[in-house]
Amino acid sequence: MTVSSAMAVPLRLIPIPAIERATRLVFSHVMARHPGLFDRLGDYADKRYGFIPSDLPVGFLVEPANARISVHRKPDLPPTDAAVTGGFVLLLGLLEGRLDGDAVFFSRDLTVIGDMEAMLALRNALDDCNIDLPSDIGSLAGPLAPLVRRAASEIRSRVLPREAGQWN
Amino acid sequence: MTGATLPSLSLGPVLYLWEGPKWRDFYFRIADEAPVAHVVIGETVCSKRLHFIEPHVGEVVERLERAGKSVSLASLALVTLEREAQVVRALVRDSTHPIEANDLSALGLLAGKPHSVGPLINVYNGATARLLASRGATSICLPPELPMASVRDIVRDAPGVSFEIFAFGRVPLAISARCAHARSKGLVKDNCQFICGDDPDGLVVETLDRQPFLALNGVQTVSHTCQALIQELPELAAAGISRIRLSPQDCDMVAVARVFDDAIAGRSLPADAIARLQNAYAGARFSNGFHYGQQGAAWIADHAST
Amino acid sequence: MELICPAGTPAAFREAVDAGADAVYCGFRDETNARNFPGLNFSRDELKAAIAYARQHGAMTFVAINTFMRAGREKLWHEAVDDAVRLGADVVILADFGLMAYTAECYPEQRLHVSVQASAANADAVNFLVETFRAKRVVLPRILTIPDIARLAKQIRCEIEVFVFGGLCVMAEGRCSLSSYATGKSPNMNGVCSPASHVRYREDGRELVSELGDYTINRFPAGEAAGYPTLCKGRFNVADERGYAFEDPVSLDVMDHVDLLREAGVSALKIEGRQRGKAYVAEVVSVMRRALAANAAERPALISRLRLLSEGQRTTSGAYEKRWR
Repeated sequence: MTVSSAMAVPLRLIPIPAIERATRLVFSHVMARHPGLFDRLGDYADKRYGFIPSDLPVGFLVEPANARISVHRKPDLPPTDAAVTGGFVLLLGLLEGRLDGDAVFFSRDLTVIGDMEAMLALRNALDDCNIDLPSDIGSLAGPLAPLVRRAASEIRSRVLPREAGQWN
Repeated sequence: MTGATLPSLSLGPVLYLWEGPKWRDFYFRIADEAPVAHVVIGETVCSKRLHFIEPHVGEVVERLERAGKSVSLASLALVTLEREAQVVRALVRDSTHPIEANDLSALGLLAGKPHSVGPLINVYNGATARLLASRGATSICLPPELPMASVRDIVRDAPGVSFEIFAFGRVPLAISARCAHARSKGLVKDNCQFICGDDPDGLVVETLDRQPFLALNGVQTVSHTCQALIQELPELAAAGISRIRLSPQDCDMVAVARVFDDAIAGRSLPADAIARLQNAYAGARFSNGFHYGQQGAAWIADHAST
Repeated sequence: MELICPAGTPAAFREAVDAGADAVYCGFRDETNARNFPGLNFSRDELKAAIAYARQHGAMTFVAINTFMRAGREKLWHEAVDDAVRLGADVVILADFGLMAYTAECYPEQRLHVSVQASAANADAVNFLVETFRAKRVVLPRILTIPDIARLAKQIRCEIEVFVFGGLCVMAEGRCSLSSYATGKSPNMNGVCSPASHVRYREDGRELVSELGDYTINRFPAGEAAGYPTLCKGRFNVADERGYAFEDPVSLDVMDHVDLLREAGVSALKIEGRQRGKAYVAEVVSVMRRALAANAAERPALISRLRLLSEGQRTTSGAYEKRWR
């Protein structure tokens, strides 16, 4: 479940500020539609979360308390409290709460480093949010739009068979 | 040590499977030599082991009482079979000695009779202690995982109950319907061949990095470390703890009892006491983390800093 | 038999109701319940909305307040009961005697269930709780065989609920301090087992090492599915044998025995998993609903689908079958 290189390559050419603009638009839109996320995150909103798609040349830093997302070209990724690495499709699946985070983690398609408690809080908060990227962001995604659309359809076709494992 | 009355020493039941004669001789020596006031005897861990000690219970009780010790009989910790339920009912019905309840069935059956409550019953607050007291509990050995802050509150909130603290021994941490001990030797519980008898002090469980962690005792899992609340004795006494429980390990328990007796009476310094304890239980690693609300396996050496 | 389903979030709660739960159990967002995990559980307002949603759809709401009151902080647990009752919870699920006494005294009309954490494993124990606190139902610990349960049912004066699917405690519930021995946090005191705050993963060569506190709980060779470092499902060395000393990373599934459970006198079947996501809850509840309506011959095919959702993708019938011991 990786993004084809044909889709990843253009990201190498697009300047970071352009990717960042599109990402921020998506992010602020999603955040505005799901205010409950912060409530559920509680103190963990102060943590710095890294999302590092293993199949894209960039990584994302999310600081929920500041409602801030930034994009960084690999390998110059800033320090985080907790970071998750995995295929872009998987990461979006987690964001939507359509994939069981435990399961993909246990299948080792996903690596989590740092503060496990913070990551678990974010996972649970996202799970309650019912984020639905296609309906949440419409055509906002700019240069990421084809990626996001393709990923969303992949997620929907593969949700349950991927699930396994559990926390605790 | 200050306080109107110093805590007395009690000896908990042997948790491990010891051969009948070894078990009997252990208690004979305790009767003759150990400065403990109370002794709790009986099989608590596995009903399949009951027949090992049954032939010797009478003579052990007699010898202990002749030596001036008060004796109570412990009930089983896990009661699931009809046969086990019958054992507990018979104990409650027929015993001429006080009973220490270790599961809810014994607690239920003992209502209205004076009894004690063992460390495997979940008493985490004063309300629970008061409820048990209203049903006849006169003494309660608190769960080993309780931090001192809770101990202090419970003792304060339940006047009239004697409280006891699990101060020495590998800590009983869990009990299961499944026998990990038998499983580790390729056997199952129903045909266990009493293999746990091979390990009279428990069978060590190490991590994959060879770090000692736990120990198996039949269906029970105990800590690898040996709880040693000895520098904490003044604090426990000041909080109103009446009894200090020593849980038998396969070591010189008479020496252990003397170390605690000296420490309670203020005849030895904590550092000396710990060194003597180490001699009495060679190779043991000590822990006291539960007392400080930390991981139970921890050893907090600098008492003053807490 | 009733189907009792888990919810860690309002979203999962609605999924459970929609999928056909007879009752959904949940807890407040604090240490009063045994799934006190970060980001999980319900605020008072969320519970109120959840109860209303359940009512609209003919389902009940059970509130688990099933840790043991911390001495000196009893108020937190009392308020949990006060609020659950005030908000209209159909049931409170309790483990602590002190809290049961409080509830029976202050709210004599409130239906009280005995949590699995109370460790009531035999008839005398259950009857003690029924007589003392007017408990209406007991959730049995996962240490009994089905014949044990059938025998128990004949001797007690309340309903029986048993776990049939999900996480499996290897140790008798409510009597396990393994987690606090390694981390200082326990199910009884803090509502957590092997807490995420103490979990660390690291790579060691080609192995993924999972650690809890200062202890290595497992090492996963390249290609092997990883697991969460739950203490009783870790790999250890015992007498120079390396392996799962207590239990493999598997989960419970006794749906093959559901007719036997019914005959044994069981009133309610419980699904574990308040910590699992809403996708899991929706799938498990709807499949279980169909499985209960199906006949014995059709059931295995339905249930096999759920095995994919289970820890290690493997299940066991655990203590319900004698050979597990």
